[in-house]
Amino acid sequence: MSRILFWAAVAATVAAVVAVPFYLDGFWLQTGLFAMSAAIGAIGLNLLTGATGQLSMGHAFFLAVGAYAYVFLAAEPTGTLGGLGLPTPLAAVLAVLAAGVAGGLFSPIASRLKGAYLGIATLALIFGGQHVLFNAGPVTGGFNGRAVPPMELFGFVFADSPEVVLLAVPFGSLERLWLLGAVLLAGAAFFARGVLRGRPGRAMNTIRDHEIAAGVIGVPVTRYRAGVFVLSSMYGGLAGVLLALVFQRTVPEYFGVLLSLDYLAMIVIGGLGSVTGAVIGAVFVSMLPQLLTRYSDAIPLIAAPGSGGVSPAEAARILYGAAVVSVVLFLPGGLYGLLRKIRPSLPSIRLRLARSPETRSSHVP
Amino acid sequence: MITFLELLVNGISIGAVYALIALGFVVIFKATEVVNFAHASLLLAGGYLVARLHPYVGFWAALLIGIAAAAVIGALIEFLIIRRANVASHSVLAIVTIGVDIVLTTELTRQIGTEVLAVGDPWADSVVRIGGVTIAETRIVALVTATLLISAFLLAFKYTGWGVAMRATAEDAETAALMGIRLGRVSLSAWAVAGGLAAVAAVFLCVFPTPGLDRSTSLAAIKAFPAAILGGLDSTTGALVGGLVVGVTEAMMSGYQNDLAFLGRGIGDVAPFLVMIVILLIRPAGLFGTKELARV
Repeated sequence: MSRILFWAAVAATVAAVVAVPFYLDGFWLQTGLFAMSAAIGAIGLNLLTGATGQLSMGHAFFLAVGAYAYVFLAAEPTGTLGGLGLPTPLAAVLAVLAAGVAGGLFSPIASRLKGAYLGIATLALIFGGQHVLFNAGPVTGGFNGRAVPPMELFGFVFADSPEVVLLAVPFGSLERLWLLGAVLLAGAAFFARGVLRGRPGRAMNTIRDHEIAAGVIGVPVTRYRAGVFVLSSMYGGLAGVLLALVFQRTVPEYFGVLLSLDYLAMIVIGGLGSVTGAVIGAVFVSMLPQLLTRYSDAIPLIAAPGSGGVSPAEAARILYGAAVVSVVLFLPGGLYGLLRKIRPSLPSIRLRLARSPETRSSHVP
Repeated sequence: MITFLELLVNGISIGAVYALIALGFVVIFKATEVVNFAHASLLLAGGYLVARLHPYVGFWAALLIGIAAAAVIGALIEFLIIRRANVASHSVLAIVTIGVDIVLTTELTRQIGTEVLAVGDPWADSVVRIGGVTIAETRIVALVTATLLISAFLLAFKYTGWGVAMRATAEDAETAALMGIRLGRVSLSAWAVAGGLAAVAAVFLCVFPTPGLDRSTSLAAIKAFPAAILGGLDSTTGALVGGLVVGVTEAMMSGYQNDLAFLGRGIGDVAPFLVMIVILLIRPAGLFGTKELARV
């Protein structure tokens, strides 16, 4: 019975996701796409910080590597800008690998340091990365950034032209990317769940909870730390590729410290150490400024940008900064933990708990 | 050679300011084992108050108010948040301070807006010439002030009851509590001291030759993080050495920027982080940090 319920829930979710681009307008699709990209990145960071306990403030760097590697590999070379003009799907895969390699190059640090030391060491990635982005003009386009070539899969272009109309709905780039983003997010979430549920996940949690005990029972601690760092940077790279496709332009400023802090806020607010938590947090943090901007007229205390009052973006930052603090004070386990507490009878959740008893213990104590 | 000396003096002076910030960072870490990522916003708060108040009450009174306010904000963060957060891992507490930092920095940068605020210091842009070497007066004052404050702090750390309590807590919090040391007061005072030091540092980060306090000042404060880390998070000596290393590296790299053109523009801002990475590769616990040992 519960199995049927589970598959019914899956089918309903898929149907809902596919139906979205037919009903919602561009604003919501774009907001949703930002949330999807953020969710992929946050899942990666949650594997590292939430599940393994390795604080990283350099996540934005790996997004930048993914985004810029994709642009460089896929773009045709023009006057001052270089490019390899590879087929876009190949470029995307290589971009994710490039982010992984960047993470791997940092592993001499990532595998030996932990906690705050690692957090501050990863700040170096952000500042060094920004320096490179601003200065390596032929690859990154410098201050002005670069245009992102649209993705093309089996002859299907994820852009506004050629025009496609499906069921009387014009299917522009956002509508097309929505489906791509949903597939990527589903794949990323599924893979991370597999990692967390299996042997590696338990090893990672043991490293977080008691490093020495982990070593004693035979977990290769340094190797795991380096490995998780690489995996998380690949997630960051994938998020970067999707983000670049949505933005259609990469600018170096975007990939700064603030973006890294956003990602940390996401996983804390959503719930450390779980995939669902990362997704909830990503949706919360990335939708908040968009929603506040959209409805700034209707919400008291928020002024239009530039008018001297609290702008929507600032209000959003203050709100989620406060959310981070209050979640840690009052809601250990984050929004996901809260969700599980108030609805333990939700069928799909009960099913999950019944199928894998270790999930109860696998989130942050 | 003249340029080199000028850069060296400037580097040492700005390094002493970084050392002030890093010292606060280390004091908090020693007393509470929390890495305070909100340190940059404490600094910004102190500097902002000085810059806003000095036209009304004069520089010195504004400075005192700024120091007191930053100390109170630090103490409030400890009292209202850190003390009440019931979490097992100190990484999570570090993330809490990031949340605090996001709130404070956003609000302060909103208040500052696009302005560049002068801090109204009495030294203005006067310079001193010593045998061909030109040094801004502010730099000398910064060096002297930082040296005085740091020595006063180290002496207090060594000889006063407060210092003994602090060191005992850092050594073994539980035993210290059994000996009658009030842990709450120790950590509260650590946060307050760190806030005050940060406010002093803020003033010196914003005086001549820097144009003044603007929204990027908190980014300048972030350079004190590598200073604290490369010296070793749990070592006051480390904070001093780290601050000087960062300051001198930054000054040298910026000063010889034209000779280092192949590294790109603005290498001076990145240099502290590069030095930190190199040192961490060789000594993962920092230059003077204690290597973490565990008894099983």
